[in-house]
Amino acid sequence: MSIKIDRHKCTGCGKCREVCPGSLLAEDPAGKTQIKYPKECWGCTSCVKECNFNAIQYYLGADMGGKGSFLYTKQEGQLLHWIIVAPDGSKQILTIDKRQANAY
Amino acid sequence: MNLKTKNLETDILIVGGGTAGCFAAITIAENSDAKVIIAEKANIKRSGCLAAGVNALNAYIVKGQTPENYLTYAKNDAEGVVREDLVYTIAQKLNQVTKKVEDLGLVILKDEAGQYVSRGNRNIKINGENIKPILADAVSKLPNVTVINRMNIIDYILQDGKIIGAYGFSLDTAVLYVISAKAVICTTGGAAGLYKPNNPGFSKHKMWYSPFNTGAGYAMGIRAGAEMTTFEMRFIALRCKDTIAPTGTIAQGIGAQQTNSKGEEYEKNYGIPKTSIRMYSTVMENQKGKGPCYLQTLGISQEQEQDLYKAYLNMSPAQTLSWLENGKGPASENVEIEGTEPYIVGGHTASGYWIDTNRATTIQGLYAAGDVAGGSPQKYVTGCFAEGEIAAVAAVAYIQGIVITPPDLQDVERKAGAVNAFFRNEQGLYTVEEIEEAMQKVMDQYAGGISSGYVFNLSKLQVAKRQIKDLLQLSYKLKAHDLHELMLIYEVIDRLYVCDTLIQHLGARKETRWHTFQENADYPERDDVNWLKYVNSRFSEGEVKIILRDLVKKDDIYEHKD
Repeated sequence: MSIKIDRHKCTGCGKCREVCPGSLLAEDPAGKTQIKYPKECWGCTSCVKECNFNAIQYYLGADMGGKGSFLYTKQEGQLLHWIIVAPDGSKQILTIDKRQANAY
Repeated sequence: MNLKTKNLETDILIVGGGTAGCFAAITIAENSDAKVIIAEKANIKRSGCLAAGVNALNAYIVKGQTPENYLTYAKNDAEGVVREDLVYTIAQKLNQVTKKVEDLGLVILKDEAGQYVSRGNRNIKINGENIKPILADAVSKLPNVTVINRMNIIDYILQDGKIIGAYGFSLDTAVLYVISAKAVICTTGGAAGLYKPNNPGFSKHKMWYSPFNTGAGYAMGIRAGAEMTTFEMRFIALRCKDTIAPTGTIAQGIGAQQTNSKGEEYEKNYGIPKTSIRMYSTVMENQKGKGPCYLQTLGISQEQEQDLYKAYLNMSPAQTLSWLENGKGPASENVEIEGTEPYIVGGHTASGYWIDTNRATTIQGLYAAGDVAGGSPQKYVTGCFAEGEIAAVAAVAYIQGIVITPPDLQDVERKAGAVNAFFRNEQGLYTVEEIEEAMQKVMDQYAGGISSGYVFNLSKLQVAKRQIKDLLQLSYKLKAHDLHELMLIYEVIDRLYVCDTLIQHLGARKETRWHTFQENADYPERDDVNWLKYVNSRFSEGEVKIILRDLVKKDDIYEHKD
């Protein structure tokens, strides 16, 4: 369970570093954010939801059945889009309306 | 690196800005002009148990139910050993705190008549993805409340038998804060990471409880000599395999039954369904060679499947990702389930500070609420809100007429020396990660972890006790290179203190009251004649001393006397 940060997309704004509940993210010498302790990630997606640049990819470790897909999110007003990207690049999008409660 | 001390003063210090801590701060602001500092290890926007969100509010008095019913349920589920006064005073507040968090912005599902839609007898449906940002936002608007993020509190300041503040260090600058306060409310949460986890390798932190809740509140209380209760009632969650995502959403949401590999519904073969029995039955089926066990979801509708995908994104996104990346959702494949490693918590089970009815601990000036407070299981999120309120009201009353006691300068110097010693230590043979792994292995094998089917006996506990004490000695020789490593060292030390107390509690209860949670092979039967009692403890002169106490009833006002 962890994240990877795309260095080309990361602007170094630091919003993800602020919220990580494990303080696992750090600024590298080039001013970009990297995950310093990838094995310590809880998988809460707090950082993913802070990132406005789709730079943070959330994936399942191979030890928990991960097969190379990852997800990121996009905020659009009250909508939160979850974009799941398969290894072949194909995408699925699930959209949550924050004003709606869970059905279960 | 060398930390320099810096003094801060406040009326009330809240340690931990999670579920209970945020509500305590809001309540203090509503009832007084007291100055408050919330010291938070991470950032209150996403810290504590609610970082990813929460699937439902699991403690609510739905139409037709009463606080008395809630108490009866919690008491039965805990096989009779609960602090009735604590559970009942929480139950009476559940609906009021729910209204409050709805007013702050939490989305709760309502029917056409404007009534909350219930999920079972005690649960209501919400969109809890942003529950923590909502709480953090409310706290940030309080003029007398200062939130200090990224401050790791490591010990109370104890003077003349009274808590007069706490020590903590910043994760960003080389400062050791000496915080003086008239009262301290501990809301740090419970302890994860004591036992070898389900995914011991790369995904070691993909666990039920927050891996960043490392038992600091317990350990600080233990070291200060506070009385603790019911550590032996561990919590073990029944979860979706690998992702360790919740099962209640599927079980209660769509009514899925637990089945074994032969397709048999097995839970009913193990007595009245209770939280511990749902776990125990699954462990036993696996031991009999009938696993894997599943939640039977095969054949649910496409609409139900889509709703489950969304529900999990709002609290445990790994599960939705797992379904989608494997190309098999719950409609086409049953969901495999497993038990987690044991955790020590006071919000699901009842481990924590021994508190009076007002949530005062046994040390003057110190209050506790939420997962770190013992005696009342089944609190969940709303119960932690309620308990945060109760503790806050008591702390506000306590500080009237109290003046701030400046800490003894020699004590402060000693503490700074002890903290800075970790930077001066020579690089030894072991790293903090190795000590943590060793601790988790000891607890797994000798104190009833996953690999031993959650079962322990006194001989094994004696081995565990010895090895945990050895590891504690080793951990004081660890070297920190930066502030993050210093935090990791304090976390492992805190966990070792919690393990030490836990081991004593496990051995002290000479019966088996809660299957899997407390499975004592030397005494495999429940013994109501001798053990309708609380197992408590106090740490003094390097040893955990056990104290047995009689049950407290619903309308009792419990006060600390001895």
